[in-house]
Amino acid sequence: MIDIEGVSYRIGGQDILRDVSLQMGPGGVIALVGPNGAGKSTLLSLIARLNALQSGRITVNGLPVGQVADDRLARELAILPQDLTVTIRLTVRDLVGFGRYPYHKGRPSEADDALVTQALGNFDLQDLADRVLETLSGGQRQRAFVAMAYAQDTAYLLLDEPLNNLDIAASRALMARLRALAIEKGRTVVIVLHDINYAAAYADRIIALKGGMVIADGAPKQIVTEGLLRDVFETDAKVFRVDDRSVVLV
Amino acid sequence: MRDRIAILGLVLLAACAAYLSIGARGDWGFVLAFRGQKLAGLLLVALAMSWATLVFQTITANRILTPSIMGFDALYLLLLSALVWGLGAQTYRAMPAQGLMAANVFLLCGAALALFGALLRSGRDDLMRLILTGVVLSVLFRSVTAYLQRVIDPNEYAVIQAASFARFSAIEVDVLGLSVVLTLLACGALWHIRHRLDVLALGPLLSTSLGEAPARGQWHVLILVSVLVSVSTALVGPVTFFGLLVTSLTYQVMNAPRHALLLPTAALIGGIILVGGQTVMERLLGLATPLSVVVEFLGGLVFLALLLRRQR
Repeated sequence: MIDIEGVSYRIGGQDILRDVSLQMGPGGVIALVGPNGAGKSTLLSLIARLNALQSGRITVNGLPVGQVADDRLARELAILPQDLTVTIRLTVRDLVGFGRYPYHKGRPSEADDALVTQALGNFDLQDLADRVLETLSGGQRQRAFVAMAYAQDTAYLLLDEPLNNLDIAASRALMARLRALAIEKGRTVVIVLHDINYAAAYADRIIALKGGMVIADGAPKQIVTEGLLRDVFETDAKVFRVDDRSVVLV
Repeated sequence: MRDRIAILGLVLLAACAAYLSIGARGDWGFVLAFRGQKLAGLLLVALAMSWATLVFQTITANRILTPSIMGFDALYLLLLSALVWGLGAQTYRAMPAQGLMAANVFLLCGAALALFGALLRSGRDDLMRLILTGVVLSVLFRSVTAYLQRVIDPNEYAVIQAASFARFSAIEVDVLGLSVVLTLLACGALWHIRHRLDVLALGPLLSTSLGEAPARGQWHVLILVSVLVSVSTALVGPVTFFGLLVTSLTYQVMNAPRHALLLPTAALIGGIILVGGQTVMERLLGLATPLSVVVEFLGGLVFLALLLRRQR
């Protein structure tokens, strides 16, 4: 379980998060939604110790973030930040292979190689395995990064807006895979999404943030309403129910 | 990939053999001992500069910046001048050469950590800002060094003058012993963390996610880079673009993301450029052109090419 207790965060005198307390997992796809600047990415980066905590406390499976050894946490939690760029020339297989580093520390065993091959297969990357990252399209590259985080084989997978640059087919395929991961392997996937419709379709739980505070938290069916869109996003959009799912008319 | 390293190794051996034998006359024992010492110096500088540059580019996750462009060697000269100015040339000369070098290395480590550690942490996302800061710092260091050299006594100036110019033909052999020890220690430490370097090269976000805290790695690598740059600067003076020339050739020859392959390749290429180049300049062209000028010219061209290609 990811346990967040009284976390506040300020950048340059500006409150980004205000006293957020949440519990996530184990298991399920959890979507973080909210307007730009709501603090979603900051929350994710604090959980993944990409930024240091200023106040409050976060534990991942009982391990206190910021105090536990970095490589220990890397076997518990993987994060895929937004807009990743890698300056070195890497093939897709190299990149996905790095996902095993927290376990083998540079000396991969056959089991590690097998897991990398499996990750490549799971994300339809076999044909691209020997291509260099910079020759891939944005969507293919994004898939390679997700495959790397998957190969890290952690109970918790944090993804910051992974659907950026993806077309509708790639977006749906990725969300379906993440959903399968949560159901079949009991993983917890925490994902920052911009598009409420994707959150409503694929998440088990939606947490809506605004101004650094949790405004709403619950199953998509209860959460995605016209009232929520007005409160959180300050927009008047109609919400319909199609196939027992809430759909926002954009 | 391994046969490329083997080929480079053979080329380097041939270059070394040529350096030792071409134009040798008289007593072979004397010639080999005399040239052997200089050869050892060249190889040491090649190893130190190529590894320092390669791992510096790794921790900054870019392929344009080098310790020299960021002003590491300028800082070394500034510290050296400040020492001579502070102690006076009499005291400075009276101290053993090895002790002086050790003191300089120690000072540079401290100063580099204080300056570049903070700079790399705050500005690493903005490469152009880093380059500009580095250039400004280098100019500042050189100006202060020049000022110090002007205000000190001409006798004292003579002590530092030799150290202030790049010279591959006249290696300071009296500090060779200590340089060998320092270089081997630093390179051993870098070889030990070669797998961590692979991860650090992915950039701060991914390496954090994979459990390699970039701040700690940068700290270690900056200390080792400072040691290597000190050794190289003490032996042959400041060379701005040599490291860049070596690393860009290295990435061409060995396009693997593994330092276990990159580090040996860089060392061999560095050795080939210095020993091969020095053989040609010294033995065939009769020292008409200093090697440092040629290396800096080529390296400078590479730097411009890399900058322009980035802009596109």
